[in-house]
Amino acid sequence: MRLPCPICGARDRREFTYRGAAVALERPDAEAGPEAWDDYVHNRDNPAGVTRDLWYHEQGCAAWIVVTRNTATHEVLGSILASEARRAGSAS
Amino acid sequence: MVDLKPKTPCAGLVPLRVGPLSLLEDAPGHMTAIAPYLGQDAALSEALKAAHGMAAPGVGRMSGTRGARALWFGQRMILLIGPAPDAGLVKFAALSDQSDGWAVLRLEGQGAGDVLARMTPLDLRPTQFKRGHTARSDCAHMPASITRLGEDAFQIMVFRSMAATLVHELKIAMGRVVALQ
Ligand SMILES: [Zn+2]
Repeated sequence: MRLPCPICGARDRREFTYRGAAVALERPDAEAGPEAWDDYVHNRDNPAGVTRDLWYHEQGCAAWIVVTRNTATHEVLGSILASEARRAGSAS
Repeated sequence: MVDLKPKTPCAGLVPLRVGPLSLLEDAPGHMTAIAPYLGQDAALSEALKAAHGMAAPGVGRMSGTRGARALWFGQRMILLIGPAPDAGLVKFAALSDQSDGWAVLRLEGQGAGDVLARMTPLDLRPTQFKRGHTARSDCAHMPASITRLGEDAFQIMVFRSMAATLVHELKIAMGRVVALQ
């Protein structure tokens, strides 16, 4: 398996560390209430299809990235720097 | 006062020769990590050029010549190798001294690429990884910086604490590659 790092290009999976669903980029506001926080801390989708995950290019350029992939077909659809994904998210 | 003797990271481990392959240590005078502040990349590059004779390298590239090199060293990070950093650089970037922190090895000779291919998942084909190209990657499970210096010559850097392990792994791989030549 190879993952596309937005900085380094396609690299072997063993250079990366997996964090999990990219919800960490959508941290609720401190006043958001218990349901939003419960979702953020505990609840995860388990999609058969497209998912967005956080990976760390630890054994590479040291960037955090969001990789979009399909859990059913194993197709890797693309990636973006986590810092950019976050800026894009907060702008919407 | 005790007079401490300086010892390079690979002292006593190299030079190593196996068939046409050699493993040597380069012990540069200074190594400095340079992390440009946001929006200061162009100004830093100008300052590097004025002070040390080379522009900041692009992603995955090395600039400069032997004796004074600037190596892309990761996300928004450059490693200045050779000279002590000019004091003016601090206006544009955060500097940290790495001089004794990294082992710098040079693997050269026929089959050098085959040796490295046993140790790293990088695509080292000459069409993909040319002279002056550099990457941060995995080398025998160690975090490394790998640079092509020539057709059959590579620079390999790991943390100083891992120098003996890297030399050990390289020695085994060199023997295996030479046995097949
Ligand atoms: Zn990367």
